[in-house]
Amino acid sequence: MELLLIILLPLLGAFLPPLCERFGRNIGMVSAAIGPLLALALLVSYLPALLERQVFFFHLPWLPQLGLDLSLRLDGLGMMFALLILVIGLLVIFYARYYLAEKDSLGRLYTLLQLFMMAMLGIVLADNILLLVVFWELTSLSSFLLIGYWSHKSEARKGARMALAITGAGGLTLLAGALILGQITGSYSLQVITNSADLIQAHPLYPVALILILIGAFTKSAQFPFHFWLPHAMAAPTPVSAYLHSATMVKAGVFLLARLYPALSGSELWFYLVTFTGLATLVFGAYTALFKHDLKGLLAYSTISHLGLITLLLGFNSELATVAALFHIVNHATFKASLFMAAGIIDHETGTRDMRKINGMWQYMPITATVAMVSASAMAGVPLFNGFLSKEMFFTETLQVELMGGFDWIIPLMATLAGIFAVAYSYRFIHDVFFNGQPVDLPKFPPHEPPGLMILPMAILGVLCLLVGILPNLTVAPILDAASYAVLGEGIPDYHIAIWHGLNLPLAMSATALCGGLLLYYQRGGLFAFYERKYRRDEKEVFEKRIQTLVRSAQRVTDAIENGSLQRSAALFITTGLVLAAVEFWPLGQLLGKVALTPIDWVSLLLALVMIIAALVTVIIHHNRLAALLVLGVVGLIVSLVFVRFSAPDLALTQISVEVVTIILLMLALYFLPQITPHDSDKRRVVRDLLLAGGAGLGVALLTLAILTRPYDTGLADFFLANSVSGGGGTNVVNVILVDFRGFDTLGEITVLAIAGLGVYLMLNGLHLPLPGADGDGRRWARDPYPPILTVLSRILLPLALMVSVYIFLRGHNQPGGGFIAGLITSIALILQYVCSGSAWVQQRLPFDYGRVAVLGVLIATLAGVGSWAFGYPFLTTSFTYVTWPLVGKFELATAMIFDTGVFITVVGSTLLMLAQLGNLAQTTYDTPSGTSSGTNGEAH
Amino acid sequence: MEALIALVIGVLVSCGVYLLLRARTFPVIIGLTLLSYGVNLFIFVMGRLRTGVPPVVSKGDTSLSTTLNYTDPLPQALVLTAIVIGFAMTAFLLVLALRARAELGNDHVDGTAGLGEKPVIPARPLAEDEV
Repeated sequence: MELLLIILLPLLGAFLPPLCERFGRNIGMVSAAIGPLLALALLVSYLPALLERQVFFFHLPWLPQLGLDLSLRLDGLGMMFALLILVIGLLVIFYARYYLAEKDSLGRLYTLLQLFMMAMLGIVLADNILLLVVFWELTSLSSFLLIGYWSHKSEARKGARMALAITGAGGLTLLAGALILGQITGSYSLQVITNSADLIQAHPLYPVALILILIGAFTKSAQFPFHFWLPHAMAAPTPVSAYLHSATMVKAGVFLLARLYPALSGSELWFYLVTFTGLATLVFGAYTALFKHDLKGLLAYSTISHLGLITLLLGFNSELATVAALFHIVNHATFKASLFMAAGIIDHETGTRDMRKINGMWQYMPITATVAMVSASAMAGVPLFNGFLSKEMFFTETLQVELMGGFDWIIPLMATLAGIFAVAYSYRFIHDVFFNGQPVDLPKFPPHEPPGLMILPMAILGVLCLLVGILPNLTVAPILDAASYAVLGEGIPDYHIAIWHGLNLPLAMSATALCGGLLLYYQRGGLFAFYERKYRRDEKEVFEKRIQTLVRSAQRVTDAIENGSLQRSAALFITTGLVLAAVEFWPLGQLLGKVALTPIDWVSLLLALVMIIAALVTVIIHHNRLAALLVLGVVGLIVSLVFVRFSAPDLALTQISVEVVTIILLMLALYFLPQITPHDSDKRRVVRDLLLAGGAGLGVALLTLAILTRPYDTGLADFFLANSVSGGGGTNVVNVILVDFRGFDTLGEITVLAIAGLGVYLMLNGLHLPLPGADGDGRRWARDPYPPILTVLSRILLPLALMVSVYIFLRGHNQPGGGFIAGLITSIALILQYVCSGSAWVQQRLPFDYGRVAVLGVLIATLAGVGSWAFGYPFLTTSFTYVTWPLVGKFELATAMIFDTGVFITVVGSTLLMLAQLGNLAQTTYDTPSGTSSGTNGEAH
Repeated sequence: MEALIALVIGVLVSCGVYLLLRARTFPVIIGLTLLSYGVNLFIFVMGRLRTGVPPVVSKGDTSLSTTLNYTDPLPQALVLTAIVIGFAMTAFLLVLALRARAELGNDHVDGTAGLGEKPVIPARPLAEDEV
């Protein structure tokens, strides 16, 4: 549990700063520091045991079906990284308080920083590779947000997007690699994976998994050729650059290499891929760093170069090299974070980061200069500084590598060359900024030494560089030992860190690098001119251009498929469906099953013929809308007869009542639409549509036949039939299913119905439509508002219809009927009043807001469901009992009745809401012809 | 009988799809109505074609309550709600069509008559910062 707390405590710190910021920046800072401090204290409490090479685990199943568990492991490697993350994180929090301008939100920066801290701790403590990927992506996301912190700057946004695109894509390949590893080993636990090296490396998919994972690691750690996002990430505030883009996040890639080292390393493929990527990055980064005039640009390329060095070491497949890599991770984090802080201070004090302008700072800020010199010496690999120790180990290791064909000398040579450049750019950083004459038109002049507290974090790191450099065995050695043991296990080599190894070749290489670097720096004139002369593509421009091309081609594909025409979209959609279905149907020979067909009787045949003819006539005469509508009604009626014929009385009742309201609705709407459909389609279009329609019909018909001629599993049907009375207390199984077995579905459905009703209501609000004065043939509408005979009859019919509706509702549980049907019947009865007597007349007598009625229905149904909680049953559990009432006899009362009442009320409310609203629209336009298109139509009233 | 009902469903779907592909809103809505008849029947006949055995069981001996004596109630329950929802959908589409006519001045499904197959949305020029 405490392991989980180490990760979660910084998250707590993410919530506090925005709340505490208003009490002042200091309190904001303290609130941000609490979480990491507590986490650090927790971690330190584990330290003694961890240094004894113990490992701690935490396991919590999360999604066990996917193999994704919240399992954590705290071992030497995790500890080393967690220490880096927490300690440097705390220093950065401290530093940022002084760095950030008053107008920038400190709380937001802290929140994002701590979000990142949480994710990064998650990576280093994860014991499940999928969990690791989740945290990995979280670091990409928080890095994106942090780079884009100054979101008003275009370069910040572009830099952020580039970083996200590259590291995010790397995260995806990592996920793919992780999934393959999981498939090979049968587990996503890192413990299992790291113990299955032989199994993994013997597997044919090993190269694929390795390459995918390496791409993930290389993108994150800015290895060539994925390095270009890192310099553009420097658009972030400097504390972020110090923390994410030098000390921690970019180390996630090399961390992953170290973590999976036991499982993946040792092969030729690993050696060549990792070594040469590292070598290329090392040399390229060091070379480019020298020529950057921007302070942070220099540091960014230097970071790339150092990450290359670490990668190179991990590629050697040698235990000692791995120890050196881990050592260099710590050293680099310390001196580079400190240097970034120095760059931030200089930027803060002078207003620029251009080394051609910043000169002679020694006279203005000697303390900053001193600390920066310490850190830069460590970066250059000067003896007595920590960088020297790991660089010595690195040089030693390069001499041990055996390349094919006697090319052994290449790697030491390149390493020395990179060393020369490293010394040159480190020296440039110091000499250009702090000496080299006088400053050249600085935006802020004269610069001052920053407040002491701003220097403090940087100074702490500088002192650490010295301490480790002078007394390695008293400081870093035990941590390094634990971390190495975690990676190498019992294979940990016998090594000792020392400043003096005697006069040997590595020392000579160091000396060459130092002298060569200084020499190079003083001869830099020609080299700079050479670098400037060469045409260089700007990575950002190239990247942006490619993204643009990608977006454009995506747009072109979309336009090719979807050009805004609904007809075209629908045709493409149906064509696709037909093609896919045809593929499944093939070969047609197996289409029909073995079950015999039932005989056809002449009534059915006749009905089928009428229905087919009616449907076809609807299509043929569809240009005459009213006529088509009337024929459509015939089809609907026969559909309900089909339900009657094949044992579905409930459906027949529902269909026939819905048919009535649908036709009324369509007629009402037709009043506002053109009466005639013009002939829009040319012959080709008609033929195409006929083919598509024929294909669709044929497909569905064949599918129906295919299913009906196959045997049929009645298990579900038998369950419902057998349990209807005992479980739901009703004999009408369809109704029992609706209100009881599948009551939750019905609740969803009436909710949709109510929403549709409200949608109709809202859409008709404030609608102004041209008022037609005549029908399609130019005949004027009748002036008599309401035919008297119909009016009288409808009023007589109303109570009868309502009584029928109540009867249908009450018997619904046992006989065909129920809430849906009763609701529809009531609606029809009421709509008839609207039709015959007008809205005004009805609304006077029925002053309901139907929207509220519909919602009330849903509410009642929901409450009926919730009610069962009161008795300790799950949602929508029904109970029933039998009561005897005089005259009526024995009948059964079920709580499902309450639910069905809700259904009833919703149906009435929604249906009337739709129809009455549409009818009102007709009424208002009819009554007040002064609308948009009145004209001569006015007299129709 | 199965072949006959398959034919009926096929015709309903064909007519529905043809009208669905028309250029004006009203035929499209009629087409959708025809299509939903077809689909409802299709789901309904998944419970097989049985005559005279509605799923209203007798209270007495529940051992008789099997598919031997009654037809399958489940497709019926599904279709019942589908019919009602289908009505709601028709109403919503109708009102959408009315609104479109009011806002756009015509009842073409693309919002403008004579759009045909030509692309109407030009490749949007991307803003400098958006790309």
